[in-house]
Amino acid sequence: MITVDGLGKSFTLHNQGTTVIPVLENGNFQVNPGECVALTGVSGAGKSTVMRILYGNYLAQAGRVMIDGLDITKAEPREILNLRRHTLGYVSQFLRVVPRVPTIDVVSEPLLSVGKSEEEARERARDLLSRLAIPERLWELSPTTFSGGEQQRVNIARGFAHTYPALLLDEPTASLDAQNRETVMTLIEEAKTAGTAIVGIFHDVAARDRVADREVDVTAFTPRLAA
Amino acid sequence: MSDVIPLLDIQNLSKNYGARVGCRDVSFKLYPGEVMGVVGESGSGKSTLLNCMAGHLTPDTGQILFDTRAEGPRDTLRMSEPERRMLGRTDWAFVHQNPRDGLRMRVSAGGNVGERLMAVGARHYGNIRHAAEDWLERVEIDTDRMDDRPAQFSGGMQQRLQIARNLVSGPRLVFMDEPTGGLDVSVQARLLDLLRGLVRKMGLSAIIVTHDLAVVRLLADRLMVMKDGDVVETGLTDQVLDDPQHAYTQLLVSSVLQV
Repeated sequence: MITVDGLGKSFTLHNQGTTVIPVLENGNFQVNPGECVALTGVSGAGKSTVMRILYGNYLAQAGRVMIDGLDITKAEPREILNLRRHTLGYVSQFLRVVPRVPTIDVVSEPLLSVGKSEEEARERARDLLSRLAIPERLWELSPTTFSGGEQQRVNIARGFAHTYPALLLDEPTASLDAQNRETVMTLIEEAKTAGTAIVGIFHDVAARDRVADREVDVTAFTPRLAA
Repeated sequence: MSDVIPLLDIQNLSKNYGARVGCRDVSFKLYPGEVMGVVGESGSGKSTLLNCMAGHLTPDTGQILFDTRAEGPRDTLRMSEPERRMLGRTDWAFVHQNPRDGLRMRVSAGGNVGERLMAVGARHYGNIRHAAEDWLERVEIDTDRMDDRPAQFSGGMQQRLQIARNLVSGPRLVFMDEPTGGLDVSVQARLLDLLRGLVRKMGLSAIIVTHDLAVVRLLADRLMVMKDGDVVETGLTDQVLDDPQHAYTQLLVSSVLQV
């Protein structure tokens, strides 16, 4: 489902003396449907950078990233948006909220945009919000004013609303209490059973050991510094 | 996906003001349902480009192919004046930064919306009034203000009225020039949310010129960055903002104050 081949990435800072910072070199791995691969490596090794490239949020300088047959590194914006709508989900650490949109709509939106009925989308949203222990009296409110933990759970509900064939998870269990953590673990396992290919960053070792089938150490892609 | 006909296909568009460059050799394709943001500082050529596309200015060179309902892609620069004006009333809409440029200030709010419908042939008074009421509601203006003149409205309400006037005739392509410029941030947020909802629900294609990066992050699927009349960078909106490649875009993104 996901194939990363010879991936290279550097940042060129034009306004700081045109400094070039190489961050990834010759990154290779693949993820099959129903499989969860955990990215590991020390902080700064490039785990989040890899995730962002997979999502089309960062540009790669070398290599290919094939997701469901589309090379993300060369795709047109509308192709990437279409892929994100139907095929590729991303649960980031922070919820980017649009002002004034009620929580229930934030969670239903991914389903509506793939053509599900209002009724079906809301049903799924209600189910997920209940499972993630967001009190019902908050559903009609915008999550803008929610606590950090509540926002994160809304974000997870949104990310799991549609069953994407490929899913990226950036620390999905960070700062969750035991019960919500358990719920997220179950959601991940359900997605795997449904055939979703998952790439995740888990600092929570117990969570990683439970859901990940394999680990990919990103340190192997860190360019050797000439020194 | 490559077999979809672009709604708008701009080829090598240039416009000079005497020796000064307005915009230079701009080419891009806009597909149905896409929202594109054009950003850049004052004088970067973004408004020149928008006005050339909307037929307010005549470019020196280039082609503007628009996928018309009846005849497929046509170069709007080679259309007759009446044809182009008809397009401006039916398939296109233009939202000005200053609502006074897009509204008739001496005509009632309802009249402003209804007039657009009459221009495309609506004649039944009851239907027109009903459509105007419906649109005032959609842009969150109380229908008991329907017979008031826009001069009696706040800036934010005037802007919402201008949007209703533009969208009532069901355009396929909307040009917006700094639609939230000059409004309070709280009013801006409401307007942006409204625009976002309308664009998604109606499946509109839009080109939004602004210098506000928060506006494009919220509304635009893709982004074009202009400097001194040239397009210096294009791409998916979040990619251009989070991983800018060109020196000028990097400067633009890093100059935004964090709140």
